Amino acid sequence: MSSGLVYAVVGVLLFVLGAAGMLLLPHLLRKILAFNLLGSGAFLILVGLAQRDGGVDPVPHAMVLTGIVVAVAATALALALLRRLHALSGRTQLADESADE
Amino acid sequence: MMSLTFDLLLGVALLWSAWHTLATADLIRAVVSFIVFGLLMVLAWARLDAPDIALAEAAIGAGLTGALLLDSVGHLRARRRPGDNG
Amino acid sequence: MNRALRAAVVLGAGLLAALLVAAILALPVPAVRLPALVAAHLPASGVTHPVTAVLLNFRGYDTLLEVAVLALALVGLLAQSPPRELTHAPSPGEPVLPLLARVLVPFLILSAGYLLWAGAHRPGGAFQAGAVLAAAAVVLHLARLWPAWDRPGRGLRLGLVGGLLLFLAVAAALLAGGTLLRYPPQLAGTLILLIEIGLTVSLGLLLAGLFLFLAEPRSL
Repeated sequence: MSSGLVYAVVGVLLFVLGAAGMLLLPHLLRKILAFNLLGSGAFLILVGLAQRDGGVDPVPHAMVLTGIVVAVAATALALALLRRLHALSGRTQLADESADE
Repeated sequence: MMSLTFDLLLGVALLWSAWHTLATADLIRAVVSFIVFGLLMVLAWARLDAPDIALAEAAIGAGLTGALLLDSVGHLRARRRPGDNG
Repeated sequence: MNRALRAAVVLGAGLLAALLVAAILALPVPAVRLPALVAAHLPASGVTHPVTAVLLNFRGYDTLLEVAVLALALVGLLAQSPPRELTHAPSPGEPVLPLLARVLVPFLILSAGYLLWAGAHRPGGAFQAGAVLAAAAVVLHLARLWPAWDRPGRGLRLGLVGGLLLFLAVAAALLAGGTLLRYPPQLAGTLILLIEIGLTVSLGLLLAGLFLFLAEPRSL
């Protein structure tokens, strides 16, 4: 088992953990954290899978580099939306989820 | 063999910090766990021979994202109304 | 969310993980070898570091769209953040931070320049240099040495979108060749360096802007 494959499998588990977190956790900041974990998992799969038989592949490296910057942009926008929601309504959860907590 | 052991340990540490990020009750602790996760990701990129990604992850993934999240938690705390335990 | 639905989500996640791991382990080796393709075309790309060649030459449109996404995120962030009061006079009585900033920022700019230049032949490039510049911009703002962030003027606005505009201009100028962002090989190195300089400045300002416009005045 090459180290590329190890990280690809870890990436799968992170992806699933993040996806489950986004569905199950009501607090919106947790959803943003879970979204970032999910993204990191996808990046690990992308690079790890390309390098499972050793050797370096620059194409996924470049794509992940782009992905990291896009992820931080999405996170900042999501945090701004969360702050706006909190400032206007005092809530940190979506309306239909705060009902049954 | 040694390096595979290291990879497996790092993988477990990544999953553990990710789990902690989602499962811990306190938001500040969750964000700190996420920053730890980002720093562990830097190690993973170094192990995958990706120094470019390691640099970007350290500066943007762990640094900037962590700063944004910490600032937001502080903001939500400061303006939280009494009785709200989100 | 009720208990049964939660259990179903957890079960589904476990199943998804098992299937994905099985799929990854069973995946055949791809027929196209991308590293060999990159290595074969590297001499014509104008740079010698393969990751930079992919980022700015072979898949330059990814990077173009990425800067556009970053600018869009900043616009979105500004559009729904509450209006800020602009009465935030420089706070005296904090002598350490301005001093630190005056010492630190030149070094940060120097290392950003190094990273930018190094990107052509070794790890580094516009992204990492932009991140370092963003740190410098935040330090300058915290030390109140760069008041432009409180009331962004024309220069700052131009800096924020300049990289994208420069990239678009190069792309438009090369469109006559029939393909998006295919540089003529003898000009490729110069054009990539030009675009990277613009990108570094804009990425630095955009990343700093994401932080500074999100953080409230009280925490600045």
